[in-house]
Amino acid sequence: MGKGDSLLSVSKLKVRFNHHIILDDISFEVKRDDTLAIIGPNGAGKTVLFRAILGLIPYEGSVEWASGIKIGYVPQKLSVAKDIPLTVKEFLKFKERDMTKITKVLEEVGFVEKNSQDEHGGAHLLKTKLGVLSGGELQRVLIAFAILGNPNVLLFDEPTSGVDLSGEETVYSLIAKLQKEKDLTIIFISHELEVVYKYAASVLCLNKRKICFGPPKEVVDKESLEALYGEEVHFYKHHDHSHGH
Amino acid sequence: MGINLLFLIFTGALVGAASGYLGSFMVLKRMSLVGDALSHVALPGMAIAITFGINPMLGALLALTLAVIGIWYMGEKSEIYPEALVGVFFTASLAIGILITPEPELFEALFGNLEKIGFSDGLITIAAATLIFLVTAQISRQLLLGVVSEDLAKSAGIKISKVNLVYLLLVGLVVALGVKFVGTLLTGALVIVPAASAKNMAKSLIGFHFWASFIGVFSAVVGILIAKFLEIPSGPSVVLVSIAIFILSYIFKNRS
Repeated sequence: MGKGDSLLSVSKLKVRFNHHIILDDISFEVKRDDTLAIIGPNGAGKTVLFRAILGLIPYEGSVEWASGIKIGYVPQKLSVAKDIPLTVKEFLKFKERDMTKITKVLEEVGFVEKNSQDEHGGAHLLKTKLGVLSGGELQRVLIAFAILGNPNVLLFDEPTSGVDLSGEETVYSLIAKLQKEKDLTIIFISHELEVVYKYAASVLCLNKRKICFGPPKEVVDKESLEALYGEEVHFYKHHDHSHGH
Repeated sequence: MGINLLFLIFTGALVGAASGYLGSFMVLKRMSLVGDALSHVALPGMAIAITFGINPMLGALLALTLAVIGIWYMGEKSEIYPEALVGVFFTASLAIGILITPEPELFEALFGNLEKIGFSDGLITIAAATLIFLVTAQISRQLLLGVVSEDLAKSAGIKISKVNLVYLLLVGLVVALGVKFVGTLLTGALVIVPAASAKNMAKSLIGFHFWASFIGVFSAVVGILIAKFLEIPSGPSVVLVSIAIFILSYIFKNRS
């Protein structure tokens, strides 16, 4: 695991659905232990890019992962109805049968400490239905699910979506903490620039094509932001979330 | 006579358990009405089997298998599930089935006849129910992860479309069993109603599967006994018992 090794190399990636080109000519590289943010407006193809590099949808061009890499994927949301009787324990057991490992991972994503005011703590969470978790809790459970496979790289689709502002901070600091503890490479999708500046070592600006790629402080400038967001640019610069509170 | 009734109750309970168990997955996959729609296809299959002097259950199974493969293929290949088309196809096969089924057998095919279940039917039922439980338990993790998030399942290397096909073939099998018991028109109820009641009661997945199977067994046993004592047809009796349980579970859920 020498430093500077390439973990993921994407070259001339193109994705189309029914003759519509969703992504075109995307090339970038991710090094080991890197934290890459993928930013872009709604409909820019961020999630599509994720699904392509995960091999979930057909694409042209090449996506090459380093050999022996295990990928943990944290999707934006699940498709379970609220009333479905699937508990957190049962969900995590889809991935790992060993309960001691599950308990350990739940601690790592901050469940036991955070719930200490709750007398049942982690044990209570395990019996809770997935559909009734809050946005922040669900996100932690999804992160736990991803970590259970002992991945080398974690892919996050919009870690903050569905989480209130106080929770937002902790999800990103949790990602940063996990990265240090577990020697993980992180790739995350975001549309919030301040998060990108704070946590990402490199950034890929995406709007159907690659607009910029490199360290955020070097490549994110007025030009690339305008190319990315057009007229919306000032909203993002002033931390004025375009989606309501 | 007593042994015969016990045998009927036993095979009925197995059908109830298998359809309840599969039904619980059906509800999770939001495909509750597929069992009902599928059952319509069984009728022309049975009619053709009767015409050629083959066991009607076999004819039903064959027709159901073809229909299942059709449903699966359309679900995989087309962007939008062609719901209206499927509805047209299934009602068409019901109409054709009614036309081509010989008159004496038509009533039985539509409404089932528990008394006509012979020893060989019983053995087929036992074998099929065992197969359904074993295979479903085997694929349940993949199937459920696919329900929770298709992307998560695929990224974990699960071949979702293969798992779905196996699951739908099992549903075809359970409908073929149900048709013999409660008839074409009521088979869908065996799959949906116990699972819908179980969903009102269950606090976990394990509980959900357990209650769906248990209610399936209970409705079959109690329904057959009531039918015997009141000398009414067993199909509607079994279905009405399960519906009574559903109403109770609904009231219970809203009170607690």
